[in-house]
Amino acid sequence: MSESVLETPGSPGSGHPIIGPGHTFASVTDKISAVVLTGRTPVGWFVGFGIGFLFLNLLLVSVGWLFIRGIGIWGINIPVGWGFDIINFVWWIGIGHAGTLISAILLLLRQEWRTSINRFAEAMTLFAVACAGMYPLLHVGRPWLAYWLLPYPNTMAMWPNFRSPLLWDVFAVSTYATVSLLFWFVGLVPDLATLRDRSRNRVGKVVYGLLSLGWRGSATHWARYETAYLLLAGLSTPLVVSVHSVVSFDFAVSVIPGWHATIFPPYFVAGAIFAGFAMVIILAVPLRAFYGLEDFVTMRHLDNMGRVMLATGLVVTYGYLVEAFMAWYSGNIYEQFMMMNRFAGPYWWAYWALILCNGLVPQLLWFHRVRHSIPLLFLVSIVVSIGMWLERYVIIVVSLHRDFLPSSWGMYSGTFWDWATFLGTLGLFTSLLFLFIRFLPMISIFEMRTLVPEAEIEHAELGEKHP
Amino acid sequence: MKRPPIHGIMAEFDTPTDLVVAINKARAEGYRAMDAYTPFPVEEVAEALHAHDRRVALIVLIGGILGGLAGYALQYYTSVIDLPLNIGGKPVHSWPAFIPVTFETTVLGAALSAVFGMLALNGLPMPYHPAFNVPRFALASRDQFFLCIEATDPLFERGSTRRFLEQLHPMSVSEVEH
Repeated sequence: MSESVLETPGSPGSGHPIIGPGHTFASVTDKISAVVLTGRTPVGWFVGFGIGFLFLNLLLVSVGWLFIRGIGIWGINIPVGWGFDIINFVWWIGIGHAGTLISAILLLLRQEWRTSINRFAEAMTLFAVACAGMYPLLHVGRPWLAYWLLPYPNTMAMWPNFRSPLLWDVFAVSTYATVSLLFWFVGLVPDLATLRDRSRNRVGKVVYGLLSLGWRGSATHWARYETAYLLLAGLSTPLVVSVHSVVSFDFAVSVIPGWHATIFPPYFVAGAIFAGFAMVIILAVPLRAFYGLEDFVTMRHLDNMGRVMLATGLVVTYGYLVEAFMAWYSGNIYEQFMMMNRFAGPYWWAYWALILCNGLVPQLLWFHRVRHSIPLLFLVSIVVSIGMWLERYVIIVVSLHRDFLPSSWGMYSGTFWDWATFLGTLGLFTSLLFLFIRFLPMISIFEMRTLVPEAEIEHAELGEKHP
Repeated sequence: MKRPPIHGIMAEFDTPTDLVVAINKARAEGYRAMDAYTPFPVEEVAEALHAHDRRVALIVLIGGILGGLAGYALQYYTSVIDLPLNIGGKPVHSWPAFIPVTFETTVLGAALSAVFGMLALNGLPMPYHPAFNVPRFALASRDQFFLCIEATDPLFERGSTRRFLEQLHPMSVSEVEH
């Protein structure tokens, strides 16, 4: 009866269930909502949130100083006019993409194992996009005028230039943030109703009651809800591909050697998913251990995420090979110089560290034993996150620092404030994530109910009772 | 029409299968004004109630088309009519460059209409509903399945409808106050 619910035969990782045995609608509901509704916040939560909050304050100080002194406090200058700000923008937005992939693409592909990880992966998307979106705004130099990026009638009688990929980025990233927020909120509504009904204190009842919009689980509502949710998934799927393609256009549409390459859109999208899954593993491993959610985020999930990382890692490695091949095959001296400069120039260490982190280390994921060893999987994910950061460092800094004219060559390194801003966004991300797991269900309760064996309609019984 | 004295009568079931059986029997009996409440979407329940609504998809389609047209129109007006600039020798109406933004506004329009269209058709937000007056209804968001036959149904009669629901072996039957 329920075998097909628990595991689709022949699907990757079958053999391990996607939900622990013995769960019922009630136990799933109680277990997940208890994390939020408990009156006693675990000490570990305060420690984690406290650390995040400390770094969040570092961000506020860095941004405050930036407002006072201007972007001269960063390491960027001619020729390297894009530095940590754009590296971190691309890094963060890439991390966000795994959340959309898990919630939308895997939903459309009917990969039921996504259910227990989609909610916090979506939250991760939102928070990562919040961190990412901050960088271009700070980078414009006068962030208080960042609204000039938007097309609005103004006394200057000017409009933004729609032929520029940088403006496409404004539309892509703001649409992505909006749609991700809607998708996340729509998914939350039925669970907010559960929290409203189960909350025992007045504040909880009122706040969750308002947020749940009066959801009552009506079958007619569910029917429309499911249509809307599926359509949102269908819309998010091309959206996520378009967002990172547009991000790659910021580079590919220019003429800088090392940027002007047609491989960029697919290679960026794969890299985004690669980095994003690494981040999901980095978050999932401590969360499931700390909150005892091993029944919901099982080895099957970790194994599958390891496989996705391996596959996208191979695509990214292919991208590196194509870049090198095209540099040679183009016969263009600037392209060839750019590649030799990556291999053996002053930033050789960044390039080879990137190949080690993104090309070689993920090959460990071929082994079943690595994918089933939580410490190793965690370690590989950290290495991949560092590797993806280095990838953007190599693409941006190494391409810019020596372009066409040797007279305009220079060197770049991040300053204290570059690092402080970066660590600060990590703090913002961590703080938001801790608030999220404290006040909202980190696993979709209503979707977990559909995985419980009792959720399957017994058609034989229908036939008997109603011929 | 005169307002009926109560909203309806609600029966509670333990499993989705029992609920579907009950809906089928109620429909066979001739009841039409009814709604079911479940802790998660159950396709068979929606089918039994004939609850499919094609309007959501239509709203999304229209929203997407309008979003795309608005996005393109914005770019055409600003770049061709109001501020024609020579950018890198490209034609003023360089339409391929306008496609990415048009795509994004299409998705934005469609996504906004999916969410707000679904909420509007569902009549949400609606903080108050008679169903919430039934104390056990709080379990509809946990593990129980409810069927409510509403008083607006022509066949509805307090005594006989209650007796009909009771013979379906529910966990409980309660009247739903307004």
